[in-house]
Amino acid sequence: MNVVVCVKQIPDPAAPPALAPGTNNLVREGKLILDDSDSYGVEMALQLADAAGGGEVTLVSMAPNGETSGLRTALAMGAAKAILVSDEALAGTDALGTAKVLAAAIARVQPDLILAATESTDGYTGTTPVQVAEILGLPSVTFAKRVEVSGDSVKVDRQTEAGYDEVECPLPAVVTVTAGVVEPRYPSFKGIMAAKSKPVETLGIADLGLDASQVGATGARQEITQVAEAEARSAGEIVVDEGEGFERVIQFLEQLKVL
Amino acid sequence: MSVDTIWVLAEVADGAPVTTSLELLTRARDLAGTVEAVAWGDTTAAVAGTLGEYGATTVWDVGDLGGSLPGAPVAAAIAAAVGAGSAPDAILFPATYDGRDIAARLSVKLDRPVLTNVVDLTGGDGGLVTQHAIFGGSQMASARFTAEGPGIYVVRAKSFAAEPSGGAPAAVSALAAPDTGATGTARVVSHHVEERTGPKLDEANVVVSGGRGLGEKDQYVLIEELATLLHGAAGASRAIVDAGWVPYSHQVGQTGKTVKPTVYVACGISGATQHLVGMKNSKNIVAINKDQDAPIFSVADLGIVGDVHKVLPKLIEAIKSRG
Repeated sequence: MNVVVCVKQIPDPAAPPALAPGTNNLVREGKLILDDSDSYGVEMALQLADAAGGGEVTLVSMAPNGETSGLRTALAMGAAKAILVSDEALAGTDALGTAKVLAAAIARVQPDLILAATESTDGYTGTTPVQVAEILGLPSVTFAKRVEVSGDSVKVDRQTEAGYDEVECPLPAVVTVTAGVVEPRYPSFKGIMAAKSKPVETLGIADLGLDASQVGATGARQEITQVAEAEARSAGEIVVDEGEGFERVIQFLEQLKVL
Repeated sequence: MSVDTIWVLAEVADGAPVTTSLELLTRARDLAGTVEAVAWGDTTAAVAGTLGEYGATTVWDVGDLGGSLPGAPVAAAIAAAVGAGSAPDAILFPATYDGRDIAARLSVKLDRPVLTNVVDLTGGDGGLVTQHAIFGGSQMASARFTAEGPGIYVVRAKSFAAEPSGGAPAAVSALAAPDTGATGTARVVSHHVEERTGPKLDEANVVVSGGRGLGEKDQYVLIEELATLLHGAAGASRAIVDAGWVPYSHQVGQTGKTVKPTVYVACGISGATQHLVGMKNSKNIVAINKDQDAPIFSVADLGIVGDVHKVLPKLIEAIKSRG
């Protein structure tokens, strides 16, 4: 079974994020890392391919400057190869434009299953995977907390407000996985060495038959008009616990009539 | 780009419209002359009264979906209506599991962009302007569409207060869903309700949440016990949900629930931006954390610098002894 995993390479979340002056796009220069949210999809894909008795896991990603650092992490986990779409025309692309790019790249692979995270850690729009499904004319099941492939269909436990729904869906399909669906493996030394020579095909939008007007800031058809400091919450009272800190909490809860 | 008509996705759960849909109807009344709802399932007639009370004059009913997940058929029905000339200027979706699916598919069908994680919507000469909390809520970005509508907006829970207007029941009109082909083939086989005691996380007056500082999964019982004693709900940071200590349904934050309780008690939570987005608008915040430099203290009304393993058992005992 061949699985595509959509992965995003993002600025290190531990570093302070910034917006570029003028465009207000998120600054994505410098080294990018694999979005932690995507490690679950990569692991799920590896396990499903394994359970099906074979098949390849292909990564599909879009990033500026031919960035592959994050892809190497996922290749080191065990993915076979990657397609990276990198093009100057993609600066400022929104979720729909990203979906157009990813869908065109995925169509070249013709996978049985496409996995993605529910949303990225940096932009968290949360619509791209389902937009990919719609463009490709495929069904989708979002917020999977368990995924099982049997024959030519996929069974998913889908998170709901009340608990979960069991959902069945014929393949090919798009499934988004929540964190915790599986425990991602750490890349082994052997995996890290092997990843260095795994194929990463780098494409521009022309290779995908896309026009510059469909992507980038022009295709996004939206603008950030203003960025302002949010109303700050003033820091309150700080008590260093020396054994009696709980008493101050009790008083506080009493004042609020919660106790 | 004047805003005359707004549609609101009215998702129904347990026989009633979800609160976020009512919040969106309330806001839509201030923004547009005509507010209409879109619903599906076999409960539309039953909820038309409530939807009218919150401002919808009409509810477009996609009807029973025969077990299909709503994403594809509801988006197809809305797209068909827009194509047939009854396009609203804006369509507001609650940021629910199904709301996001429908908005995403509709965006492709109409080839229109989507603005998600909206926390405020205001009118203006240039059309609707959205607000988005970014960088952990430390900054607010305003945005708007620059092309023709309908604009597709996915709005976070609790962005507005839900207030009835006393309107008459909404008129129910059928909205046909065209054939969705392969896209509509995901089917719900069965529903599973997870046992829950106490109030819902996003409706509770008190929320007690735990994070990585608890050290291990077994320590989460402290959070549950304190939550129960305070008649509240137990929440969690993303870190311990990812680690598999507690189900995703407990997660508070950008990826999880937005909560605005009277009191939020953060225990062993450092206060990553991901978490702050979901709770910083709580009316009162108590934080208990070992690290005095933890960002959570910058939003706390009361911060206890201490070990949760020492503070929580004493707190629990003290509340119990009050009887």
